[in-house]
Amino acid sequence: MIEVLRAGPLTTVQDLGRPGFAHLGVPRAGALDGPALRLANRLVGNAPDAAGLEVTAGGCSLRLRSAGTVALTGASAPLSVDGRPAGFGLPVPVPAGAVVTAGRVVHGVRSYLAVGGGIAVEPVLGSRSTDTLSGLGPAPLRDGDRLPLGEPATPSTVDFVPWQPPPASLALRITLGPRADWFTPEAVAALLGTAYTVSPVSNRVGARLTGAALTRAEAAELPSEGVVLGAVQVPASGQPLIFLADHPTTGGYPVIAVVDDVTPLAQAAPGTTVTFHGSER
Amino acid sequence: MHTRRAGAGALLIECADGAEVEAWRAELWRRRERGELAAVEIVPGARTVLLDGLADPAETAGLVAGWAPPPAAGTAQGPLIEIIVRYDGADLASVASEWEVPVSQAVERISGTELRVAFCGFAPGFAYLTGLPWPVPRLDTPRPRVPAGSVALAGEYAGIYPTASPGGWRLVGSTDAILFDIDRDPPALLAPGTRVRLVPA
Repeated sequence: MIEVLRAGPLTTVQDLGRPGFAHLGVPRAGALDGPALRLANRLVGNAPDAAGLEVTAGGCSLRLRSAGTVALTGASAPLSVDGRPAGFGLPVPVPAGAVVTAGRVVHGVRSYLAVGGGIAVEPVLGSRSTDTLSGLGPAPLRDGDRLPLGEPATPSTVDFVPWQPPPASLALRITLGPRADWFTPEAVAALLGTAYTVSPVSNRVGARLTGAALTRAEAAELPSEGVVLGAVQVPASGQPLIFLADHPTTGGYPVIAVVDDVTPLAQAAPGTTVTFHGSER
Repeated sequence: MHTRRAGAGALLIECADGAEVEAWRAELWRRRERGELAAVEIVPGARTVLLDGLADPAETAGLVAGWAPPPAAGTAQGPLIEIIVRYDGADLASVASEWEVPVSQAVERISGTELRVAFCGFAPGFAYLTGLPWPVPRLDTPRPRVPAGSVALAGEYAGIYPTASPGGWRLVGSTDAILFDIDRDPPALLAPGTRVRLVPA
């Protein structure tokens, strides 16, 4: 059992999500930085798909009722146990009743805090993930919440995990389409040839970008169609939006391209520069 | 039928109309059940079917081309679900006047038409019901809050709000049916392909 002392601005329970229900309008959800969650789980001896906490930017503070192990990965942030500094990206033993605090992030946006045994809230459609779009799964943490833990296994014995701060600019590989032909050739050239900036209104649904407006060649309304993770959707404003884990399952704006791997966007702070390139580079 | 790439792991199958979408959806569903298609998601849209979670979209595109054309929609009909509706919506009169018929006839049109779930979206369990041949425009100004269970029309579709949310559809009635239940399998009452009647209470 863990007790939430300070939930912070947005801390959610996340595992690897609930794919397979998109045809019923259910978003996939799941950790935005999947590799970071998997690493945190490995460090504390959990299965890769165990649920941990996705801690956004401002940190959080928890008390562990029983002795256990925690690990913090993803966005770098100071970790402390009862006020004493503890290692980032390492298995950290925690005495019974101790307070674990993840501080404000230094590099990146989302830290992942795994606890030995995993967060054992009741799964919804096979996943414990909070879906901020549809409200499925547990609500974002609030001060005073108590979360059950599973049975812990033996933590990892690693004492060093290489970590690199997220880059100030991202070069994302895209596949053009499915609706690139709904845009002018100039818009496709702008997408591939100019830099965009991650906007502060980005969230788990999507990374909003600002930059050259992408103009349509086809003015007709697009009948709603299924959209994928990483879809670069272009609403009426012409400013692109890259769909992340909590994205709606269908959409009525054309998708000019799809980002192959959205993981780096999980750690892209507002102001990060984003450029796109095709697979031929 | 025409396929478009949708990223490194997905294909979008474009269809001529909603009937072809349903035919393809049902056919792809069957192929997946038989183990002939490995896709994590088969997501119908208004004029498309999305196949997501494919190991090799180019190879799947080749397979799909070989399967065409699927049997016409209607040869294998989905289950029929009757939903009890109170025709008491705030926009029922405006729908009737849009159709230039009395309110009683508007109710007869809606309740007397067999609808079909074309696709889901907007919220878990929100089904776009097709079959009404009389389109109605959306509201000029969406309502900030539409109660759960509201039965509404917009464009060529009817729909039922599974949860309270903002909405711009025209409200024609309400129901107590539970549209989405995480403890039910499948969780959505109205999955794609389901036939639906909106029976007056």
